Amino acid sequence: MRVSKRASGAIAVGAAFALVASGCSSDSESNEGGNSADGAITIHGVQPENPLVPANTTETGGGKVIDWMWTGLVEYPNDGSAPRNAVAESIETTDSKVFTIKIKQDTKFHDGTVVKAKNFVDAWNWAAYSPNGVQGASFFADIQGFDDVNKADPDGEGPQQAPEPTTDKMSGLKVVDDWTFEVTLEAPTAVWPTKLGYSAYVPLPDAFFTQKPEDFGRKPIGNGPVKFVSWEDNVLIKLTRFDDYTLRDKMKIKDVDVKLYQDESAAYSDLVSGNLDWVEQVPVSALAGDKWKQDLGDRAITTTTPITGIIAFPVYDKRYQDVRLRKAVSLSINRQEVVDKIFFGTRPPATSWANPLAPGTVDGNCTVCTYNPEEAKKLYAEAGGFEGEMVFYYNADSSHKEWMEAVAQQVKTTLGVEARAEGMPTFAVFRQAINAKQMKGPYRAAWQQDYPDVENWINPLYVTGGSSNDGGYSNPQVDALAKEAGAQADLAASHAKFAEAVKLIDADVPALPIYYYANQAGHSEKIKKLEVTAVGELDITSVEL
Amino acid sequence: MGRYLLRRLLQLVPVFIGTTFLIYWLVWSVPGDPFAGKCGERRCPEQYVAFMTEKYQLDQPVLVQYAHYMQNLFQGDFGETFSGRSVNDIIVAAYPNTLKLALVALAIEALIGITAGVLTGLRRNGFLDNLVLVSTLFLIALPVFVIGFVLQWLLGVQWGIVRPTVSSEMRLTELLVPGFVLGSASMAYVARLARTSIAENRRADYVRTAIAKGLPMRRVVGVHLLRNSLIPVVTLLGTDLGALMGGAIVTEGIFAVNGIGREVYRAIVTKESATVVSIVVVLVLVYLVMNLLVDLLYAALDPRIRYE
Amino acid sequence: MSDPTSASIVSTPPSHQPTQAGSTAPADAGLPENARRDKPRGLLGDAWRDLRRKPLFWISATLILVFVLMAAFPWLFTSKDAVNGALANSRVEPSGDAWFGYDVQGRDVFARVIYGARASILVAVVAVLGTLIFGGTVGIIAGYRGGWVDALLSRIADVFFGLPFVLGAIVILTTFNGSGTSNSEWEIMGLVIISLMVLSWPVSMRLMRSSVLATKEADYIVAARAMGASTSRIIIKHLLPNCLAPLLVYGTIMVGSFIGAEATLSFLGVGLKSPVVSWGIMISEAQNYIRVSPFLLFFPAGFLVTAVLSFVMLGETVREALDPKLR
Repeated sequence: MRVSKRASGAIAVGAAFALVASGCSSDSESNEGGNSADGAITIHGVQPENPLVPANTTETGGGKVIDWMWTGLVEYPNDGSAPRNAVAESIETTDSKVFTIKIKQDTKFHDGTVVKAKNFVDAWNWAAYSPNGVQGASFFADIQGFDDVNKADPDGEGPQQAPEPTTDKMSGLKVVDDWTFEVTLEAPTAVWPTKLGYSAYVPLPDAFFTQKPEDFGRKPIGNGPVKFVSWEDNVLIKLTRFDDYTLRDKMKIKDVDVKLYQDESAAYSDLVSGNLDWVEQVPVSALAGDKWKQDLGDRAITTTTPITGIIAFPVYDKRYQDVRLRKAVSLSINRQEVVDKIFFGTRPPATSWANPLAPGTVDGNCTVCTYNPEEAKKLYAEAGGFEGEMVFYYNADSSHKEWMEAVAQQVKTTLGVEARAEGMPTFAVFRQAINAKQMKGPYRAAWQQDYPDVENWINPLYVTGGSSNDGGYSNPQVDALAKEAGAQADLAASHAKFAEAVKLIDADVPALPIYYYANQAGHSEKIKKLEVTAVGELDITSVEL
Repeated sequence: MGRYLLRRLLQLVPVFIGTTFLIYWLVWSVPGDPFAGKCGERRCPEQYVAFMTEKYQLDQPVLVQYAHYMQNLFQGDFGETFSGRSVNDIIVAAYPNTLKLALVALAIEALIGITAGVLTGLRRNGFLDNLVLVSTLFLIALPVFVIGFVLQWLLGVQWGIVRPTVSSEMRLTELLVPGFVLGSASMAYVARLARTSIAENRRADYVRTAIAKGLPMRRVVGVHLLRNSLIPVVTLLGTDLGALMGGAIVTEGIFAVNGIGREVYRAIVTKESATVVSIVVVLVLVYLVMNLLVDLLYAALDPRIRYE
Repeated sequence: MSDPTSASIVSTPPSHQPTQAGSTAPADAGLPENARRDKPRGLLGDAWRDLRRKPLFWISATLILVFVLMAAFPWLFTSKDAVNGALANSRVEPSGDAWFGYDVQGRDVFARVIYGARASILVAVVAVLGTLIFGGTVGIIAGYRGGWVDALLSRIADVFFGLPFVLGAIVILTTFNGSGTSNSEWEIMGLVIISLMVLSWPVSMRLMRSSVLATKEADYIVAARAMGASTSRIIIKHLLPNCLAPLLVYGTIMVGSFIGAEATLSFLGVGLKSPVVSWGIMISEAQNYIRVSPFLLFFPAGFLVTAVLSFVMLGETVREALDPKLR
């Protein structure tokens, strides 16, 4: 998943799908396509944290540009329907374990070379090879032979010298011919093809392997609808249409300047005064009192995004091991009031464990997400109260103070427990404490799906040893059901199993889903037509002037 | 005078080493694993953390790291950030912007502050005096964010008088509003200090003599009074330029200036010792030279001060 | 010259202090003067007599007294709860029920402003005093001694000045006040005060030093030295009263800056923690709502300005009373 530095983990971008809603009501029949052909727009962006190497980009600033510059095997349609083939001609399997992937012939990278099967295989092997130290290496853990190229630290404690892998090629990847490759997974995984739209799985040109990744990332070469022109740090990234692009989503305009801002309100001021064409997130100062709708009129756009704001319990702390206490805390939070007052009604309150935009989610399956002070007090008394202060932790380097304080105050008011919210200085300190299991109270988290499926909301978060199950929640029954669900060859059967697992999770309350994220964006009068992707990003290929 | 200058320049060396080490050590002691927060809500792959830790030699003792850093520094290499950007490039790209903004801020601050100080110092406790005091105090009381935001919204968006943000050309006219915002915090100090000094020296013999000689008031104030009253103000402005050169996170952010403030802040929280020290080194040098100039300026302003 | 006992010998009036000559013999030499002829009233006595006649002194002193009472006994001023609120009242505008309205968490703004006085005033005033005393002392020593002492002290100040505020504050405060530590409210305030002092003394040091440099060659100092007055006597009796003005002016205004700086630390997650309230924190919390609920910003900012104004006025009147040149 990618983390927005704007909110350090608050709003992330990954692969997902949701409904696109463009606020502009202008009819396409007005036929102003003439302006588009050579048109240019300037849009809001954030300085990428790292050079633009797809598998090594886990934050939104660079992720957005990568999403535009590359096209993967599959793409997630803006209208929320099932993923469809992009570079892939076909992805076939009989057992959900061995996949034969055929790619479209003669699509090109921006440097003119042809996209071949080996560009995928080489890129994936490079990302998974542990000495390369890639942030997104774990995306390839499903593939057979991953453990041979990615050696973990033997004692599992901090940065120790990990053993050198014996090979740099995963045995599960086989190039059949220029247009075909075969992938063998460690175990059958029905959801695997769905993952392929994530940017870590994109192909890399041969030129990548002849230079240092950092150098490539400063002048990246992709295979998507726009190509890279220049990048002036903290100022501007210039992109332009890739004229040899042959796939569905061709650019309708020519130049895109991504102006890099540090501050959302600066970008917003530029948008309102006509110096900018697109802002992805309207700042809080304009959301308050719905001022942004007055400022922008019908150029204001709201979209829901598959991210859930969660508060997790440190289950490893004895004081939080009583289910009744956790349930009491959950029932004492009036989620509707929090979203109304703190988020001005721009975000919906959470009602289910997985985000409802993820296929396979049963909406409303979080029975403890309701506000029920009487029941909460009763359970709290049954649990024998709570000893000491209940501190709700958040990272102070992004805007979580308000909602965390609101939640703490509600818990305090309802249960009479000494609750308060406290910020930790940086996201790094915050994550370190979480990783080290040193949290002394419930702490905020935000989960953004990497790919659209309920699986991505259960395995990482609530299965024992899951990559983001930091609170240490463990229920053998949940583990067993999730494992069973993941191994189903059929997605519908898999979803049914996950639904059973969620029921058990709901009874255990290992975390508190609070609200779903939503994006408030705005565009200039110059843009006549646009679509927004599932995660509230601008679909740059849809823009017409 | 020559020897004094030489001595002062020689003193720069230990200060330089002391400051760089202190800052290096402080950044090193900032809590948190710099790579713990890099991968969002997910733990970063251990291999990634190990790779980066080794690449930037973060597993070495702080003294070794510092020695290594200094060695590179003397070869003109300021190091690189964790994302592989050369700090030299950052400095070359961002410092001129920060400097421009700082100078504009200083000029505005000095101009408004000293003017207000002289006017109020000559007529103390009048309406203007109180107005200046209350309005400059308000500028102190309100955080930079609020002043910047309100001015940007009113002047830039609502009335459309100026561009809301600064373009990459950094034109002087675009810098006036950000400069005012940045300088606003110190305006009260400058105005008040100038006022006090002026009021004190207003009754000095030489002023009376000058007035008695029949010199026009303008000349009395401009030549005699001002020159003798500016020492504390110049001291403050000198230290202020040092502070302004450190970059202004908030002001730069609001007006989209590609300055040094954000880089310093980002580097501090991500524990990029090399980046912080490299950027601050330039600042420290500027500051040391500023202080030297201010000290020399004392002697020029006030003949009673001598350096031997 | 401000030392009456040695007036006749030492206080050769400096060239730029015309009105100074009379300072040892106050214009209206009253009864006490006669009663203790051999030990005339000192500098402070003079100042006090001067002060009593100034309405500005009484106004500012009264205001400060009110703020001090507010800091010590907030419950005298309000019976409302400053810590707990109800989200339902979020950003409700001022009314007869809640004079200053409710903040975003639905807490009573009036009560919070009252309770916020303690942390704000205490932290700012103590930190300013500490900064002035420490920086001023170092500045006097450096300026008066000159030579290698000046060089050493000035260069140490340079080193400290080079530290970025955010860096210094994060390191100092996370070391002693990181999350998980259970410092009491008072301990945290102490740490915040120390951090502010450590990071801001160099400016007052340089201000003091520059004043001393400008004054120490004055005739009356030279004369005092020629008469064999001890160093400490020269500093305390002659140098200090004449060099204090810039520092006092700087210090009183700095109270305002420190109230803001304290809020910055809280927002970085290293300063005061809830439920402790301060004006700075309230102002920061109001930032996002300037366009819809400006009252959230105005009330704490108004209190802050009034408090700083009182300190500036008091400092001003006291300084004028102390400074013989202005009499």
